[in-house]
Amino acid sequence: MYRDYVVDSTWSAGSMVLLAMLLVPALGAAVVALLPAGRDRQGRIVATVFAAITFGLTLLVPLVRPSTTDFGWFAYGDGPPVPPLLPWVNLDLPWVPALGLRFHLGVDGVSYPLVVLTGLLTLLCCAYTVRKVPHGGSGRTLAVLLLILEVGVLGTFLSLDLLLFFVFFEVVLLPMYAVIAGWGGPERRAAARKFVLYTLAGSVLLLLGVVLVVTKAGTGNLIVLTGASGLTRTTQCVVFALLAVAFAIKAPLWPLHTWLPDAHTEAPTVGSVILAGVLLKMGTYGLIRVGVGVAPEGAAWAAPALGVLAVIAILAGSLICLRQRELKRLIAYSSVGHMGFVLLGIATLTVTGLQAALLGNVAHGLITGLLFFLAGTIKDRAGTGSLDQLSGLRETAPRLAGLFGFAAIASLGLPGLAGFWGEAFAVVGAVQRGGPLWLTLAAVAALGGALTAAYFLRLLRRLTQGPTTPSVHSLRTTIAGVEWFAWTPLVLLTLLVGVLPALVLVDTALPLATLLGVQP
Amino acid sequence: MSQSVDHFALLPLYAAAGTAILAFLTDLFVAKRAAVLAVTALGGLATAVLALVVGPSAGTFCTTGACSWVATWPAAVTTVLFAALTVGVLAFSAPALRLGAAPAGEFCFLLACSMTGGVVVAYAGDLITLIVGLETLTLPLYVLVGLRRFAHDQRPTTTGASASLTFFLISVISTAVTLLGAALNYVATGALHLALLTPATGPFRPLAGVGVALLVIGLAFKVAAVPLHAWAPATYDGAPVPIAAYLSTASKLGGVLALAAVVAHLDARAVLAVLAVLTMTIGNLVALRQTRMVRLLAWSSIAQAGYILAALAIGAAGIPAALAYAIFFVVLEFIAFGVVVALRPPEADGGTLLDFRGAGRRSPWLGAALVLSLAGLAGLPPGLAGLFAKLSVVNTLVQHGWAWLAGVVVLNAVIALAYYVRVATSLYTLPARIGLTVADPVLMDAALHPRLPVTRPVAAALAISAVVAVLVGFAPQLLFNALT
Repeated sequence: MYRDYVVDSTWSAGSMVLLAMLLVPALGAAVVALLPAGRDRQGRIVATVFAAITFGLTLLVPLVRPSTTDFGWFAYGDGPPVPPLLPWVNLDLPWVPALGLRFHLGVDGVSYPLVVLTGLLTLLCCAYTVRKVPHGGSGRTLAVLLLILEVGVLGTFLSLDLLLFFVFFEVVLLPMYAVIAGWGGPERRAAARKFVLYTLAGSVLLLLGVVLVVTKAGTGNLIVLTGASGLTRTTQCVVFALLAVAFAIKAPLWPLHTWLPDAHTEAPTVGSVILAGVLLKMGTYGLIRVGVGVAPEGAAWAAPALGVLAVIAILAGSLICLRQRELKRLIAYSSVGHMGFVLLGIATLTVTGLQAALLGNVAHGLITGLLFFLAGTIKDRAGTGSLDQLSGLRETAPRLAGLFGFAAIASLGLPGLAGFWGEAFAVVGAVQRGGPLWLTLAAVAALGGALTAAYFLRLLRRLTQGPTTPSVHSLRTTIAGVEWFAWTPLVLLTLLVGVLPALVLVDTALPLATLLGVQP
Repeated sequence: MSQSVDHFALLPLYAAAGTAILAFLTDLFVAKRAAVLAVTALGGLATAVLALVVGPSAGTFCTTGACSWVATWPAAVTTVLFAALTVGVLAFSAPALRLGAAPAGEFCFLLACSMTGGVVVAYAGDLITLIVGLETLTLPLYVLVGLRRFAHDQRPTTTGASASLTFFLISVISTAVTLLGAALNYVATGALHLALLTPATGPFRPLAGVGVALLVIGLAFKVAAVPLHAWAPATYDGAPVPIAAYLSTASKLGGVLALAAVVAHLDARAVLAVLAVLTMTIGNLVALRQTRMVRLLAWSSIAQAGYILAALAIGAAGIPAALAYAIFFVVLEFIAFGVVVALRPPEADGGTLLDFRGAGRRSPWLGAALVLSLAGLAGLPPGLAGLFAKLSVVNTLVQHGWAWLAGVVVLNAVIALAYYVRVATSLYTLPARIGLTVADPVLMDAALHPRLPVTRPVAAALAISAVVAVLVGFAPQLLFNALT
């Protein structure tokens, strides 16, 4: 029945763009990998060009979107109900019929902001790599891995087939391992191993959940499955439990977050940026699209538990950050807190909460991406990430300190910057949900928000104020052109999303409302 | 009473057996190593081509209701695989044969005999043919494992001989067990043809049950299922690396085919489920602690056999998934052994993991091939073939209500990744710089581990198998179509 709505658009301009979004970075990775080893710098530039083309393609999507899919106005009419997942553009090809796997891609309001974010961050990281290659391996190989990561992440966000979603979910695993293990800090081996084993444990649970759904429902098509999937309540509960643990590891949700601080601390700057900016989003996106979408009753059953864990994550993240003495580790733990807000938004199962989660996703990607860029730069230049040896940055490197201050303040959720909306409205969503449990959770989460402000201000006081330490004194203060190129878009977008959050939320209200079965 | 024989269906067997005889005669009359190798390789190719030409056709040696020689698409595909593995192992052995580490004529003859056994297993339609085929597949390997000629300035070692003896003793026992099982089942049901095998009824049921269990246990030796696995690591490690590759691919495939033929009609679910859980769990856990390359691959291939047994535990419904997994696994495992062959000196053993440190930096293509293969064995992209293999096993298990076994399979996949990434990472690791060093450790390491030239046959075999792995990774449907 969804075919009544989805424009049959195999090989239309839109579907070509979808395919190109995956093929261009894959082709780029192949081309750069095959360049002779001597042409390392050229290889990185070629990779950046391919990343730029991919980013251009992600921006192209709204332009090639057929206008006929605009059903917003008659959803309230008498016609058949609009399916909760209505892709703007759609590409559906058979791949492995024996396993029921179709190469089914599509993009809608929920996934589109994340697609653009992925394209942007990969471009910025590739460009950053042109000038600065972390110690460990050739820069060309790092750029290749970044492009492969982009294929996996974009594929995950674009998949409309459950098994395909799983396949792309797995694609990112080994490249990210290689980035951490190859270009990371002194403890990189252990951190990378922890990352890859945790994440694989998550994705095998995802595999079980996905196969269970496909077996019980007889299809892996997310358009058909989303909302009214026809699964029994028991199946939905089992499936949601499997998927929730899988995505909770990826997101990560307390108490499954322990891989994250190590991975972030050891990963090279670009690795941290991609990991925090995009890879974590695969978990929260998966929870919304697959978890809540395919097993809504299971989600409703598990929501209180998820909400409680999310709030514990917020509190735990903030409290750990208050005692943290390592710069990158602190930002990593702050990610735990921020993702806690996102998960709280999802757990409320209200339109407000889910929108807050989507917004929080994008905002966290922008702000934490920027924070990791800056923290990585400071750590590289000062030679240490210990907050005891870093203070008085304001004196020697005012611009760097200013940018860091901006990012930190955005991260603590100052109204008018991107970080505010997601966190505030996750709390609003919990209040809207009502009842003693959710009101308590909202109150505790708000307290966690206050603690977030406390630790970021503490961080700013220690890092930028105070007497200048020797390591800060000897730090190179100039900001190169490539660095400006990598940071400026993030700064501007943080401002823009802060002022115009509707930019991210356009076209999400209706799908989310139909998904949750409420009127917006 | 005479029986009409359909020689057309037997063509692959004639080609394989002819290859063995021709290799022998060429060695006798031409006595040139290159000629013997060429004849064997061409014979292998002819076997593969004829298997495809015959395809599915009428069986032969038929009685009422069943045939002893059954030509189907799965049989043709596995025959092609046996032939390809034989030619590939021949290519891997070429450098060692050139040095005279083994007499070329005997080597080629034995290998071709083994291939003949594989062809018989693929086409077998009754238990006796199956067991004879399996023995023909294994028998030459006892010799090949220990076949080693030492130059006068080399110190002879006995590792090969002891590996050979271990393998021989265990195999003899397993064959005896298999035959006993087949005999008990025959007494109880009166059936030998695979198509006529049925669970026994009446007073003979317990007897038939014991027969089936013994049959499965005997065959489980061949796939090195825990607790019947102890021979495998010692034998693989003692054998020349190309022969270890053959043992863990062709020989294992033969065992899987035989098990599949049995479980297609008889109920061995309980035995197989227990074997599967033990095999994958213990295989993976022990592999975690290995420090020698071939031993690690041996334990990993034990664990992989566990996943195949898990699919077979369902019964007939699991056979397509099990065969698909086995074929994906064989291709990936073959690449892994091929890279070991290419990275080590011709006559050397598999070496320790330390010997492979930094090898991926010195030889990027070989490193990439090994990463592809290990990722596939772990079931992760870029080894898409391995991902689909795991997906098909898990899918089949969940579909038939064996979700708990699927859970065991995926948990084992996590354990397995721990050692696969350890190996893959060590390929790209530089030696540590500890304290004051006299010389640059990187240069020292490079001097001690020079980049060895990869001979043309080895490179070609590796390239072809890597291309096949990538192809079936992107188009696994080809294989699934061929198997059903």
